[in-house]
Amino acid sequence: MTSADISVPGRVAERGSRGLWGDAMRRMLRNGPALVGLALITLFVLAALLAPVIAPYDPIAGALVDRLKGPSGAHLFGTDLQGRDEFSRILYGAQISLQVGVVAVLMGLAMGGTIGALAGSFGGKVDAVLMRFVDVLLSVPGILLAIGIVAWLGRGLPQIMLAVAATTTPLFARLLRGSLLGLREADFVVAARSLGASRWRVLFRHMLPNALTPLIVAATLALATAIIDVAGLGFLGLGPPDPRTAEWGTMLTDSTRFLRQAPYLLFFPGAAIVLAAIGFNLLGDGLRESLDPRLKR
Amino acid sequence: MGKYIIRRLLATIPVLIGLSILLFAFVHLLPGDPTRAILGQHATPATVASLRESLGLDKPLWEQYVIYMGQLARGDLGHSVVNNKPVLTEFMTRFPGTVELTVAALIFSVGVGIPLGRLAARHPQTWTDGAVTVISLLGISVPIFVLGLTLQFFLSVQLGWLPTSSRIDPRLSIPNVTNFMLIDTLLAGRPEAFVDALKHLVLPAIALGSIPLAIITRITRAAVLDVANEDYVRTARAKGLTERRVDDRHIMRNAWLPVTTVIGLQVGGLLAGAVITETIFAWNGVGRWVFGAITNRDYFVIQSSILIFALIFLTVNLLVDIGYAFLNPRIRYS
Repeated sequence: MTSADISVPGRVAERGSRGLWGDAMRRMLRNGPALVGLALITLFVLAALLAPVIAPYDPIAGALVDRLKGPSGAHLFGTDLQGRDEFSRILYGAQISLQVGVVAVLMGLAMGGTIGALAGSFGGKVDAVLMRFVDVLLSVPGILLAIGIVAWLGRGLPQIMLAVAATTTPLFARLLRGSLLGLREADFVVAARSLGASRWRVLFRHMLPNALTPLIVAATLALATAIIDVAGLGFLGLGPPDPRTAEWGTMLTDSTRFLRQAPYLLFFPGAAIVLAAIGFNLLGDGLRESLDPRLKR
Repeated sequence: MGKYIIRRLLATIPVLIGLSILLFAFVHLLPGDPTRAILGQHATPATVASLRESLGLDKPLWEQYVIYMGQLARGDLGHSVVNNKPVLTEFMTRFPGTVELTVAALIFSVGVGIPLGRLAARHPQTWTDGAVTVISLLGISVPIFVLGLTLQFFLSVQLGWLPTSSRIDPRLSIPNVTNFMLIDTLLAGRPEAFVDALKHLVLPAIALGSIPLAIITRITRAAVLDVANEDYVRTARAKGLTERRVDDRHIMRNAWLPVTTVIGLQVGGLLAGAVITETIFAWNGVGRWVFGAITNRDYFVIQSSILIFALIFLTVNLLVDIGYAFLNPRIRYS
């Protein structure tokens, strides 16, 4: 071993670790794409929060004299068939996407997490039954499952949230179960168990905290899919019950009839969906690389 | 290997039974009454009652389920509530359309994805790699309906290069033999119609194939990078093999395993994506038909078609797993 080799560990130790999340945060700040993702998400959240302040026009009421006007100083993104300002509608549309996307992913996390935690910590028969149920959910193509749930429960935001949540549930359930199964025989878990900790204490205090990171990464990436799925349902005519609501997918459906005259009605809502999805995809990938630096190349 | 396949086959049975119960419950819990859907709102209570009886809807739910399973076992998937056509015939006339579309999308995603992934892996951390990363990021972030509509706008509406929708120009009137448009046009001996059908296929295939393209690109890149630094690759280079031979024989051979698995797993996603793609491009396939059935509350079509969808999906997954176990002995014995 040369002297240079020996000096390396010393230098690393000098800097010190700030714990899993502290280190991850520091790596994130040096990850360009992740920062771009974070910026896009900030933009998206600001659009949703500040829509009532920034939007120059009412997103629902329009003047028919203004209909199908191209982008201009007065209407930044043009106007739709009812003469509504497209820019204002996109700002308000961010509210629906953000709200429904976040709630749907949280619901999916709760449902999938519960299934995964029970299956992974109990194992045996409980695991077999729960995982067969997850297989059943997985055997139906996601969008059909979502369409079916909305058709079943009727149109409405809570129904859409549940529908999108149902498509993410199997993913979270499998992921958490997998990590928990891997941890069951880990030394610190065996140690906790042999010290007499109850099953629940072992699960909540020792196993879950160590299984959370992949779940957080998956949830961030699932937000991108959720936003796309919400818009997809809207595009298929299963969006919010009030057809006047500014929702990105529904706005796209309206654009299809005027592709020739008003292509901007396709581009702006389309770009909004894509940018939001890119934001969460970049952040999710960045989080994964920061939490597990071995993955980065 | 035989044991492994049997074990996996047996595991799909409870899934299918579970799904059939869920679907059955789902269909019977749907608000609205199928007899009303058939007879309309003005039917007399007597006609409604007699139709309920003839459809077996007056029996207890569990009995209806047993009857339904018996019918399934005999290959009877029921009739459409809307037009009274048998579900199986309706499915079979549309299924080739979906197969044509998904196979075309798969060919596109594999044909472009693997070379892109290899290209990126050969020049890691360069602008080429960056460009490929951006393409795959766009692939997973651009929804099918946004990409589909954008392609329609530029390539059909603006440039007029490709047709906007449907499977073939209806004026060509091709007789339906196999319901595979590409085969039927050839059987009819009409090469110009074949080209027309092929042109109709391009945009939907690209729209549907964009997500698998992104995933395949990423996995190929990662798999190639994984083996590119192995000792045997260095040895191959050291003994003076051409770069091309190292790539084909030593790197790709070992990178194939994860890539083939991921390709197989895309089929489920393609079937799901077909629902939206077929809707945008007015493509006469199973996806659009199932979606129509759900919105029209066509009970028996929903019940049976989703079951067939699931069966196809499970079969494909099973084949992927068997293929994987075949390629990777470690899986078989664990």
